[in-house]
Amino acid sequence: MSKLVGTETVKRGMAQMQKGGVIMDVVNAEQARIAEAAGAVAVMALERVPSDIRAAGGVARMADPRIVEEVLNAVSIPVMAKARIGHIVEARVLEAMGVDYIDESEVLTPADEEFHILKSEYTVPFVCGCRDLGEAARRIGEGASMLRTKGEPGTGNIVEAVRHMRKVQAQVRKVTVMSDDELMTEAKNLGAPYEVLKQIKEAGKLPVVNFAAGGIATPADAALMMQLGADGVFVGSGIFKSENPEKFASSIVQATTYYTDYELIGKLSKELGSPMKGIDISKLNPQERMQERGW
Amino acid sequence: MTTIGVLDLQGATIEHIQQLEGLGVDALLVKKPEQLQQIDGLIIPGGESTAIGKMMKRYDFIEPIQQFASLGKPIFGTCAGLVLLAKDLGGAEDSHLNLMDISVQRNGFGRQRDSFEIDLSIKGIDQPVPAVFIRAPYIESVGNNVDVLATHDDKIVAAKQNNLLVSSFHPELTDDRHFLQLFINMVESKLQSQ
Repeated sequence: MSKLVGTETVKRGMAQMQKGGVIMDVVNAEQARIAEAAGAVAVMALERVPSDIRAAGGVARMADPRIVEEVLNAVSIPVMAKARIGHIVEARVLEAMGVDYIDESEVLTPADEEFHILKSEYTVPFVCGCRDLGEAARRIGEGASMLRTKGEPGTGNIVEAVRHMRKVQAQVRKVTVMSDDELMTEAKNLGAPYEVLKQIKEAGKLPVVNFAAGGIATPADAALMMQLGADGVFVGSGIFKSENPEKFASSIVQATTYYTDYELIGKLSKELGSPMKGIDISKLNPQERMQERGW
Repeated sequence: MTTIGVLDLQGATIEHIQQLEGLGVDALLVKKPEQLQQIDGLIIPGGESTAIGKMMKRYDFIEPIQQFASLGKPIFGTCAGLVLLAKDLGGAEDSHLNLMDISVQRNGFGRQRDSFEIDLSIKGIDQPVPAVFIRAPYIESVGNNVDVLATHDDKIVAAKQNNLLVSSFHPELTDDRHFLQLFINMVESKLQSQ
């Protein structure tokens, strides 16, 4: 075999190396260095964290390439960046800049309300959000190499991430015990590609890693998601909207590794200052719910 | 029965566990330093070396792992594990476990877009094995007592020094068990010598 780049193994493998870790949203080099020093496994470079995107309103786009470049130069850990759903060119630009992973993200305003990016065509791997197995399988079918729950970004409220993680896990379990002749109907009901479901049934698990995202605001939130079966966590607004980002970031990293050590999580949670304030999801207008973006 | 531990602070740990169990070895996730006493060999997996390194320091793994190595017990580092075992990281940053006489270039093969797979010839294995390199480091130079096992593009990507084995690539991401078997052999011959 001659040298191959951008293969499924290489793209999915990159996400496997992130397991058990925390990926942190950052908006500049200084925050990226804080995240790296705290033990983040990667940073997500963006122009505004989700809670500020909510507050600012308007159209949220790919970050200014200057910010992405600044972060790429600041740290030695992998750098991810977000492209709008369906925005082929934003994704290609980020790929050309050397970003290590692209998040085709509902946090940004979608560029296409019908079609997602055909991610299998890219050398750079993609992560995508999902609320259920149908959405997860569609994204895998398009070539996503990593999944995450959508949760409800920028709210500091874990309830949606919990819902999405539990739902995907339950649906995977159901598929694995299903008889072969029931699978096509399940594919129809879920809106999932049959071949992807078949793979999941045979392997007994998703073929890519699945992180938690969208509302993680405390070390206990991170540990909760790990216990529910997340392979790792994304923390967006939670860290740099807290009172003491350094301490907060490091505490979330430790709680993610030692997610069943309750004494430790208690200790880590002491004297952290206040976390981000948070939003009750039921108080959000339907059009403010980012998780409804994409399909 | 041989028991091999996989350091479980962050990274691709389950992949190693499954391969070990597939080869009939007892496998253990190591989350606390005292668990080192229960194992005959240790794998430091792929992951982010900075993240794992910080956790190793914070949770007092450095000395116990150094002690483990000084007893002649085998340690296998893949990718991040290779970085963590090295004595020198090209002067760019402080070394972690400081055990192996190798000088390492972190992310030496580039960013994720440069990650690749290839069939690699390895000393001691009679056929090329599939090797997956992800933001992989390479070994720039080695001490006299280090045995170079494989190179790619004139860069050292696998090496052995007494009881220490390292690879830039990820044997745990393929179905090929040859390289892992090299390590299991090291662990078993150490057990037999006791």
